[in-house]
Amino acid sequence: MARMKFVCDAERCIECNGCVTACKNEHEVPWGVNRRRVVTLNDGVPGERSISVACMHCSDAPCMAVCPVNCFYRTDEGVVLHDKDICIGCGYCSYACPFGAPQFPSQGTFGVRGKMDKCTFCAGGPEANGSQAEFDKYGRNRLAEGKLPVCAEMCSTKALLAGDGDMVADIFRTRVLQRGKGAEVWGWGTAYGSRQAGKPAAPAGAKS
Amino acid sequence: MNKTLIIVAASLLLAACGERAQTIGGARQDAAAYTGTGKAFVQPGWKPGDKASWESELRARGQNSQNEYNRIN
Repeated sequence: MARMKFVCDAERCIECNGCVTACKNEHEVPWGVNRRRVVTLNDGVPGERSISVACMHCSDAPCMAVCPVNCFYRTDEGVVLHDKDICIGCGYCSYACPFGAPQFPSQGTFGVRGKMDKCTFCAGGPEANGSQAEFDKYGRNRLAEGKLPVCAEMCSTKALLAGDGDMVADIFRTRVLQRGKGAEVWGWGTAYGSRQAGKPAAPAGAKS
Repeated sequence: MNKTLIIVAASLLLAACGERAQTIGGARQDAAAYTGTGKAFVQPGWKPGDKASWESELRARGQNSQNEYNRIN
């Protein structure tokens, strides 16, 4: 398997916020925290476009780079997760993240800002898989249940795709070829690296 | 004799000046997703602990649920 990735197809997203609702419901995310949200550009103008944004589980994650207590880690599937027992709620990750993924609850026992919360790609955290402690801190671990992230599975138009990077890219490529437009994937180059974003191409034979 | 005593005393006194390691351990080790949860509500069709079956199950699930060109065309 390559790496787990999200892609949002701006040609399909209808700004229904089903992904946001599904995420909040599945993980019982507290008030004030939105792990996923829908962003609309040129709202109200003909030709407006929407995309669903959350943690992109970057290949070279800036949140990981700036964390002073090293609470982030990456799973074998490329999912960027963090340990809330180590997080000190400093907020550096939120300044570093280009997608605004790190969220901070306004209420809690750890000061006003609280410990960071973000999309886990429905992969939980360092607690035992499927345990109550894991659910309380990070939400449900759907990957360990053999399922994909609920936001993508609930997406009514299948604008939001999630799963193995090669598979997701194949699905998106097929769509672009069929409809003949909409090849731009916002955030893809920033999160996953591309020649357009100024990063070197992957070596021959390497998986995305 | 005096010299030896001074060296021993100095080494004992300076021992308190040593620093403890301040390295951060980092995040705990997480169990791999393919090991499963050991609970109900697990997607059938794969064997917990078998990475290959877990990967193929996820790939099939992704294709079946997200790639409508497979179903329609």
